[in-house]
Amino acid sequence: MSDVKIKFEFFTHSSIAPRLVVGLLLFSMTWLLVACRQQSASPSNPPAAQTINNMGSDTLVNLALAWAETYMDKHPEVRISVTGGGTGTGMAALINGTIDIANASREMKPEEIDAAKKDGITPVKFTVAMDAIAVVVHPSNPVDKLTLQQISDIYTSKITNWSQVGGVDHPIVLLSRESNSGTYTYFLENVIRIGNKESRLLFSPDVLLMSSSQGISTEVRQNPNAIGYDGLGYVTPDQKIVAVARDVQGLYVLPSVKTVIDGSYPISRPLFLYTIGEPTGAVKDYLDWILGEGQTLVPTLGFVPLQK
Amino acid sequence: MIKLGDPSNSRHSFIEFVIEAFIRVVGFSSIGFVVLIFLFLLREGIPFFYEVPIGNLFSTRWYPTFDLFGTLPLLLGSILVTVIAMVIALPLGVATAVFVREIAPSWAREILKPVIEVLAGIPSVVLGFFGMTLIAPLVREIFGMPTGLTAFTGGLILAYMALPTIISVAEDALDAVPNSYRQAGLAIGATQWQTIVKVVVPAARSGIVTAMMLGMGRVIGETMAVMMITGNAARLPLTIDSIFRPVRTMTATIAAEMGEVAQGSIHYHALFGIGIFLFLLTFIINLVAASTIFKKRRRGGLR
Repeated sequence: MSDVKIKFEFFTHSSIAPRLVVGLLLFSMTWLLVACRQQSASPSNPPAAQTINNMGSDTLVNLALAWAETYMDKHPEVRISVTGGGTGTGMAALINGTIDIANASREMKPEEIDAAKKDGITPVKFTVAMDAIAVVVHPSNPVDKLTLQQISDIYTSKITNWSQVGGVDHPIVLLSRESNSGTYTYFLENVIRIGNKESRLLFSPDVLLMSSSQGISTEVRQNPNAIGYDGLGYVTPDQKIVAVARDVQGLYVLPSVKTVIDGSYPISRPLFLYTIGEPTGAVKDYLDWILGEGQTLVPTLGFVPLQK
Repeated sequence: MIKLGDPSNSRHSFIEFVIEAFIRVVGFSSIGFVVLIFLFLLREGIPFFYEVPIGNLFSTRWYPTFDLFGTLPLLLGSILVTVIAMVIALPLGVATAVFVREIAPSWAREILKPVIEVLAGIPSVVLGFFGMTLIAPLVREIFGMPTGLTAFTGGLILAYMALPTIISVAEDALDAVPNSYRQAGLAIGATQWQTIVKVVVPAARSGIVTAMMLGMGRVIGETMAVMMITGNAARLPLTIDSIFRPVRTMTATIAAEMGEVAQGSIHYHALFGIGIFLFLLTFIINLVAASTIFKKRRRGGLR
């Protein structure tokens, strides 16, 4: 009985509510501090002597993760963290000095190099893999081969109906990745402008810009009118890959590791890692491993390894 | 024995002081954060307006990687999607509010109100995915369009997202109409329908306008769903068939391009510049909404 009474008084005491609030606040703050410390202490890997931070291109993120996981299994003393976020994000982080390696699906832009130089950083580029870009259509589309010129005309709206390239009488729906993905720039320079530096051709304003590979595959899968392009590693089996020829006389070739290496498939691009200055220590060891043994992982993720 | 209601006075007032100070700091800091965010937006966005010539700024081509920064397609794209969404959502929302408040029996109201509020909690990415995989193919097949990723599809999903806001605010407005109005309407021989249309809804007009404005604010700022279902083609939506063509909105442009942009470049400033446009647009909408509320207060309760 007296117990109950004491409890009752405890809770009705007028200054208990503010005390509770203060207490809760203090508690949550200490908890946060502890949580932060735990995170940086990395309990699973106590002797971690080296940490490599790796950030950038979403195209490369899966490959970079595979590399990091395999490398960490063999070298438990090295910890590698991999983050996506886009090539630009990775570059900015590299310039700010928060990461050691930036993944890039395009070369560094002049303004990025300037910004890095201003901070006294000289970025060094490593080509780490090749990526074939596949042109895809709906499986029911009878069109199975196109020349570079035809693809260029399609993406600049000179050709607007599938019947003009041997298909059925349907309007063409153009799909592309976002305008600042490395894939977009590569496709523009090497397919739409067919490698012609003087050309001022641009994507037609009717092009649907999808923010993800997922967006492109969903629309290509559903829409019999659609044409899209993406890295070979991101093409799902329910899309139809179109064979591409350099010109009308040329051979129509499907993208694969073999046709990219022998150079017969015309649309492939390099992928890069950037470091701050010439790499040293753990970063150098890691990059050497990527360029050597690490290349065996490249084809398993749909990319093309470097030629020896 | 602890004495109730008579704590040691100085300690009590000290705790009181600390708590008050804490709440004051939290309250003012939220205003401070808004101001800081706005200053940041201005600092990053203002260079866009003097780095890019005005002719380029309001041209019709948005190719930021090639220094073509025509914001007109994006502005009109946002406006088009918003107008479509409001044309769909406003009649539906007001009709639902009228039904819930005026017609539905009380047990139905008890079920409907929480269900409508749950609708507001669906994450926009889920709606975007739903729109992309289910609604877009339907729109393409029903209207015979080349693609289902159109301004109309975006408007449809956005209307759905604005509905909970519109319904609950409009319902509150109808609720504020005194019962004597309804009784007076019925007493002079008007049917229930006539009372609703001629008396109750007009009396709640300002609240309904507020509902529309708040819904509009929600629609214009929505990003994820819009990015997934409007197709994001930066074409100028001037002809009437643009409703069934892809558009690119300002929000989707910022979200899609910010991740890959080189920091400090013109393009980077351009995206913040668009952010300023958006801020101004939502600010104006909120201002209009607020002014109708204030007007209502001045006139003493109604209208």
